Amino acid sequence: MSAVDFCGIELAHPIVNGSGTFDAIAAHAVFGDALLEDFPFSAFVSKTITLAVRDGNPPPRLWETPSGMINSIGLPNKGLAGYLEHDLPKLAALPVPLITNVMGSTAGELCELVAACDGQEAIRAIELNVSCPNVKTGLDIGADPASLAEVMRAVRPQTAKPLIVKLTPNTADVALVAAAAEAEGADAVSLINTLRATAQHPDGSGRPWLGGVTGGMSGPAIRAVALAQVTAVAARVSIPVVGMGGVQRGEHAAQLLRAGATLVAVGTESFRDSAAGSRIARELDRLEAR
Amino acid sequence: MTQAPFGRRRGVLASIRKVGAYHLLEVVDRGGPDPEPGQFYMLAAVSGWGAGTDERPFLPRAFSCMGGSAGRVWFMLEDIGPGTHRLARLQKGEPLWLTGPLGHGFRMPEDGRRPILTGGGVGVPPLVMWSQALVERGARPTLQFGFRDAAHAAVAASFDTVQIATDDGSVGHHGLVTELLAAELHRDPHATVYSCGPPGMLEAIRRMCLEREVPAQLALESGMACGFGACFGCVVPLSGGGYARVCVDGPVLDATAIDHVPAH
Repeated sequence: MSAVDFCGIELAHPIVNGSGTFDAIAAHAVFGDALLEDFPFSAFVSKTITLAVRDGNPPPRLWETPSGMINSIGLPNKGLAGYLEHDLPKLAALPVPLITNVMGSTAGELCELVAACDGQEAIRAIELNVSCPNVKTGLDIGADPASLAEVMRAVRPQTAKPLIVKLTPNTADVALVAAAAEAEGADAVSLINTLRATAQHPDGSGRPWLGGVTGGMSGPAIRAVALAQVTAVAARVSIPVVGMGGVQRGEHAAQLLRAGATLVAVGTESFRDSAAGSRIARELDRLEAR
Repeated sequence: MTQAPFGRRRGVLASIRKVGAYHLLEVVDRGGPDPEPGQFYMLAAVSGWGAGTDERPFLPRAFSCMGGSAGRVWFMLEDIGPGTHRLARLQKGEPLWLTGPLGHGFRMPEDGRRPILTGGGVGVPPLVMWSQALVERGARPTLQFGFRDAAHAAVAASFDTVQIATDDGSVGHHGLVTELLAAELHRDPHATVYSCGPPGMLEAIRRMCLEREVPAQLALESGMACGFGACFGCVVPLSGGGYARVCVDGPVLDATAIDHVPAH
């Protein structure tokens, strides 16, 4: 397989996981050491960590769509302290580099999270989840270039580790937001996050099905959207791009790489096949060997 | 807990048989470990998965097994949605994707309590498997199944000692299986209740057992995307706050551990 340099971190192949789509600790308990012997990703991206503990949204949390799904999980996590104490030692023992994903609703919260990650040797890079409403404007931080730039100016000095900004597709011009991230010192951008979506209860009442009312759509149904946005962003910035959205096979990963991505993340396909990451990496390798 | 091989693998449909309202599937799973009673699998057809109404199904579907040993696993399903519709149309020899066995199954009763297995509908399979395991271990389980009508109750005809309740009274007790459970607990409350069935039934059994301080193990069902803890979609509220994932913390959970059984 072809090794990749990503922000100075050498990875065995270009396939990683999308944040929040694979729980390596739970999977190790379910599948045992076989998971570690054929670990499906070349780096592991943690689920989103917030300062405080979050229980997540009330169920139902899932809805199947044509060729995809909506999730309304609500970012359940143990909080920063719980993550550092309980999860980090286990994730540090994985056979691949660790990227920790964090989210805060203010620049101050994000600074605290990033500074805490900066002090951890096991964390090789930090991904910022900016699909979170700004407490002042109510808009997602990552939907507005000015809002993102302001947050980046505060966060960037907190760490010398690579900072990846996870872009939201729920914005007018994702390339403009990517350019703002690059201008304020982001080392990479990753996209696309899920598309905002909802579903009605099948009882015909019109009430929402999801406990969290709205959620994010993923899967092959959004693959073409991801390809368009990755293409636009890669053309606009010179920092590495992590492309994702509906990747199910090596050919889909190859398309994102041709569009300018350095890495490709697999998310929803891992739900259907826990070993999808390594299968896609092998398929990609065969395509590249042609 | 029996660990699952990593990744999905190909199984082959050995047989499919319609019994009343249900389909019984026998799957050849070479190399797969024997499941424990209460564990489940994620199933999907290899071809034609996504070719139904609304281009569904997309995600694999979770099913408790009815039995499994020596590379064969048995499942029971009712054709009610795009996933079960496709699986019910599998032909003998057709391949399907399996992940499993997954989750934590049933545990033996403590303090010499007698096992009462009360369930209904598509909740029957794990109780059938647990009943056989209990008998092999020298216990004498009481079986109680509730169904909508005779067509659904037909699947229980092969068990000679089972108590049946139907909503329409066409077979057995005319009423709810929870009424049969109440009578059993009235007769002798020194029991452990094992249950699997629709949410309303499980919630009624949870409440009944809490009120009477009878230990109960509930095998929960939930829509889930993955089955191995990745998606966080299949949660149930805990009595102490927060949520548990049905797939990795369950599917069998103590009645005292959960706040209520979600109604979907």
